Amino acid sequence: MNRIVRDDGFHPDDLEHGEFLTLERLEAGVEAPVLLQLEPDADPSDLPRHFAWISGIRIHFPNFTDGRGFSLAARLRQLGYGGRLGAFGHLIADQYSQARRSGFDEVVINELMAARQPESQWLAKSGWRQRSYQAHILRSA
Amino acid sequence: MARRFTPKIITTNDLLEGDVIYLTADGSWTRRFSDAKLFLEQAEAEAALARIETRQDIHVGAYLADAETGIDGRPQPVHFREQFRATGPSNYFHGKQAETGDVQVQ
Amino acid sequence: MYRYSEFDDAFVRARVAEFRDQVNRRINGSLTEEEFKPLRLKNGLYLQLHAYMLRVAIPYGTLDSRQMHQLAHIAEVWDKGYGHFTTRQNIQFNWPKLADVPDMLEALADVSMHAIQTSGNCIRNVTADHFAGAADDEIEDPRPTAELLRQWSTDHPEFQYLPRKFKIAVSGSPNDRAVTRAHDIGIRAVRGKGDETGYEILVGGGLGRTPMIGKVIRSFLPKDDLLPYMEAILRVYNLSGRRDNKYKARIKILVHETGLDELKDQIETEFTARRRVFPGVNQRLLESLNAHFAPPEFVDAESSEYELRRTRDPLFRTWCDTNLNRHRDPNLAIVTISLKPVAGTPGDATADQMRTIADLAKSFAHDEIRVSHEQNIILPHVPKAFLPRIHDRLKRSGLATANIGLISDIIACPGMDYCALATARSIPIAQEISQRFDELRLERKIGPLKIKISGCINACGHHHVGHIGILGLDRAGVENYQITLGGDATETAAIGKRPGPGFSAEELIPALERLLDAYLTIRLSGNETFLQCYRRLGDQPFKTALYPDSARKAA
Ligand code: SF4
Repeated sequence: MNRIVRDDGFHPDDLEHGEFLTLERLEAGVEAPVLLQLEPDADPSDLPRHFAWISGIRIHFPNFTDGRGFSLAARLRQLGYGGRLGAFGHLIADQYSQARRSGFDEVVINELMAARQPESQWLAKSGWRQRSYQAHILRSA
Repeated sequence: MARRFTPKIITTNDLLEGDVIYLTADGSWTRRFSDAKLFLEQAEAEAALARIETRQDIHVGAYLADAETGIDGRPQPVHFREQFRATGPSNYFHGKQAETGDVQVQ
Repeated sequence: MYRYSEFDDAFVRARVAEFRDQVNRRINGSLTEEEFKPLRLKNGLYLQLHAYMLRVAIPYGTLDSRQMHQLAHIAEVWDKGYGHFTTRQNIQFNWPKLADVPDMLEALADVSMHAIQTSGNCIRNVTADHFAGAADDEIEDPRPTAELLRQWSTDHPEFQYLPRKFKIAVSGSPNDRAVTRAHDIGIRAVRGKGDETGYEILVGGGLGRTPMIGKVIRSFLPKDDLLPYMEAILRVYNLSGRRDNKYKARIKILVHETGLDELKDQIETEFTARRRVFPGVNQRLLESLNAHFAPPEFVDAESSEYELRRTRDPLFRTWCDTNLNRHRDPNLAIVTISLKPVAGTPGDATADQMRTIADLAKSFAHDEIRVSHEQNIILPHVPKAFLPRIHDRLKRSGLATANIGLISDIIACPGMDYCALATARSIPIAQEISQRFDELRLERKIGPLKIKISGCINACGHHHVGHIGILGLDRAGVENYQITLGGDATETAAIGKRPGPGFSAEELIPALERLLDAYLTIRLSGNETFLQCYRRLGDQPFKTALYPDSARKAA
């Protein structure tokens, strides 16, 4: 069973049985709000016209050293996406702060990771708001 | 044609100390190249490597390195990289040469 | 000098605590080695050939005496009493133990220092001209810009897991002492049409397996646009840089494969969007940072003692002629302290030497110290009157070698004496060269010459941009050294060319002797440097000198 990690700890994955569409499927046209799954090489520039049809997006991290998902999330937020945004795949607790600061709301991890890096290790990163040089720069100017 | 297997030892770096260690015949670790177990059979060497690779709590980055038997009947390095790892840097008397008395054969 | 704000201090301390926790989690199995490795690298910790190695940042090469004293302290408590200054304005400790590293980082935090992002696939320690704030040719001090970039790049959430490492250098002078053309991004202060200063932005420079000189992607970037422009470049690189082959993952390959114009379009599009986030931010921050780097108040000290000593003491005179640079204030000099004694290890300093340097800076040089990418130490603001006393003290500590810019002022990476990636040693080669040409008493006759040595294709020793570059390789289990000629690290940057096959360690020094003999014979006069001579004549005469046998055969 997957866990969703948020600032207040672990939660069951309410979307575990949800159907996530690929970008191609979405672009082919849908009739009700859908969930979208993006690979890290997705080009989101055309996505804004579909935003109304998207109830949630998850970005795939094939490996924790592949940081494209962080930029993709930031780009989605820059394009005006205000909905639910999650990261899934191989992410470690030490990346929680970067994920949140790039625009993700939550990180989805599998059972093995949740066992190896239990809730306390993720909660230790929940203070991500306090220590951001980028926010500090914008504040101090 | 498959390359003939040349004798090997198993070496890695200690997780906490960071220094070079070698697998011995009784499955423990030594800091001297000459005390390492010399593997003459490929299958045996690879099985031993696979076994110790799971011990991430002890070491980092184990691999097989070429070795040969010296005149004292003990294993010694073949490649210069392993020679340096076994002894220490050449610009200062630091590392293994100072700690175990193994000196550079150069 | 930049003084940490409360935010900076809290940040580095929290980071130390985080790393302490990460070390514990590695030991208790919560983190695998695969996961721990990028985390420790981002905190400067490598696992090398014989031990862990901690690489500490000296942002834009600037230190004060208190910080230098602390480096000496760290070297003694947790290392073997010395440190190694690198080609990227860092200092490396070669022998720490894993469990001690958090304490070392804590000791650094006590003096407003850190090891953050000195390694790993992220934006590395930002480097700058080591004469910043003192050079007489400066358009502006590059350090406020470098500090702004340090803050912006530190734990930037998007750019911690880039395809590969990313290096930025800043220069404030037309004379490029920061090798900006060999960096992923080079930033050069330039004057615009209305005399306002802005930046020229170079992208895609780098050494390594595929050496490339950076290309101008913006000839004039207004200062206010710096951060959004950097974010645009990094975001395009992060999303499109290659991740399938680590030798093709640097931005230089992306520039090469995408084409500069196409890439520029992508960056400009991203920039337009990013710009909205930073209205007026750079300008205001740079203004407040400028105050941190205001020059000290220089006093008009009497310099007759200096003049007198010059006439009386030939050793002192030689040292002055070689190791001093012109300061923008005529009463002062920029002193370069050589870390290249004959037969020594380039860039190494003992704890005692660090303390001597710290004390000299404090007593005589406005408490400022710089570290150069050429692995020397600089006192940027020295009233000339104090030079005799400084020279005396340096002599006693083995720091008065008068060889800056000469053949024994060699850049050498640690090579296979320490580095796990090395294919051959570089330190002993540097030692032999300096010893041999000292014996021959040829150093001064040969004049300005930059020899740069790397122990593998990663080129940390900048061999491609050495007038003579030396690359150590492993040829069938034997160390072999490839020579390149005609490289240049300055504003006239060039990648050296390989004249022919490599040499064994034994053949190398005689080959260099033949090469330099040939140069001394064919140069127009004592004023024509090796590089000028090479540029005038091309590599043919040097090839003949290096490979006399094949020259004879061809004849
Ligand atoms: S050039 Fe190679 S050997 Fe030298 S320090 Fe860099 S990686 Fe190590």
